[in-house]
Amino acid sequence: MSQANKDKYSVLLPTYNERENLPLIVWLLVKYFGESGYDYEIIVIDDGSPDGTLQVAQQLQGIYGAHRVLLRPREKKLGLGTAYIHGIKHATGNFIIIMDADLSHHPKFIPEFIQKQKEGGFDVVSGTRYSGNGGVYGWDLRRKLISRGANFLTQVLLRPGASDLTGSFRLYKKEVLEQLVDRCVSKGYVFQMEMIVRARQLGYSIGEVPISFVDRVYGESKLGGNEIVSFLKGLLTLFATT
Amino acid sequence: MTKLLEWLLGVSVVVTAWGLLTFDLLDLKVPQVYREVVWPMPVYLLVVFGCYSIATVGYRVATFNDCEEAAQELQAQIKEAKLDLKKKGLKF
Repeated sequence: MSQANKDKYSVLLPTYNERENLPLIVWLLVKYFGESGYDYEIIVIDDGSPDGTLQVAQQLQGIYGAHRVLLRPREKKLGLGTAYIHGIKHATGNFIIIMDADLSHHPKFIPEFIQKQKEGGFDVVSGTRYSGNGGVYGWDLRRKLISRGANFLTQVLLRPGASDLTGSFRLYKKEVLEQLVDRCVSKGYVFQMEMIVRARQLGYSIGEVPISFVDRVYGESKLGGNEIVSFLKGLLTLFATT
Repeated sequence: MTKLLEWLLGVSVVVTAWGLLTFDLLDLKVPQVYREVVWPMPVYLLVVFGCYSIATVGYRVATFNDCEEAAQELQAQIKEAKLDLKKKGLKF
């Protein structure tokens, strides 16, 4: 006799101008969750996108059902931390998956995250581009060098026990995510780093799954001096305060 | 204890040990040979760490996986998704 699996996975998709990608990511999520048999919902948190992302989301809700595609929009761009808080409030799952909506994170890894979580009872499962057969598509030498250099520095200074700190493709137990978002104060890349560092501080267990990251926006959004400086500032802040 | 404090503590311990040995502050009458080895250690260790860092980052950049297949698979799935969604009535 099989025991009904009561786990439910809420995928939080903060969006801003993702009119083209949103249908595709939802289609992929539906495909892989459907094949896996796990219970799920997709929560689209649109920050008032001027390109009509919300209208496309409404169509998707019509196609897949309001129990699968939930819309929880906000009026303007308010940042990732608050998007997570907002999403968690409306999530009916006991697990939360956070990921990018621009197709750099592929839903095919979600069943692997879930499997890993079940195997180890992990509080957090983090997708890593840096270990196992994880990797990246679309980065030139400069980008790879900056990425590995930054990660090395982070490992030396913070010894975080996770190989990819700036990644944002993760599975959290809902109550764990709530605790972490409550405590984190940084923005951008550093926010994701701080989540992992605080998770370790609080004694939460972290598992890893190698993922492939397909960067289709790198060409348009170069990693410039400003981002590097703010990353270093954030890293040093974490170094001095955690 | 924050990471910064851990580092400061670790560095203090190392510097104290180095200072004690190099300048024979405890009057241990340490043989000259040991003192000559210990004296340049901090610089040696920094250089070794520098080389290790460059080698490690270099190796990791060189072996950074390029996910060609993942990109192709994604392209194919995008086409498939667009067709399927059009059938289901999505107006792009």
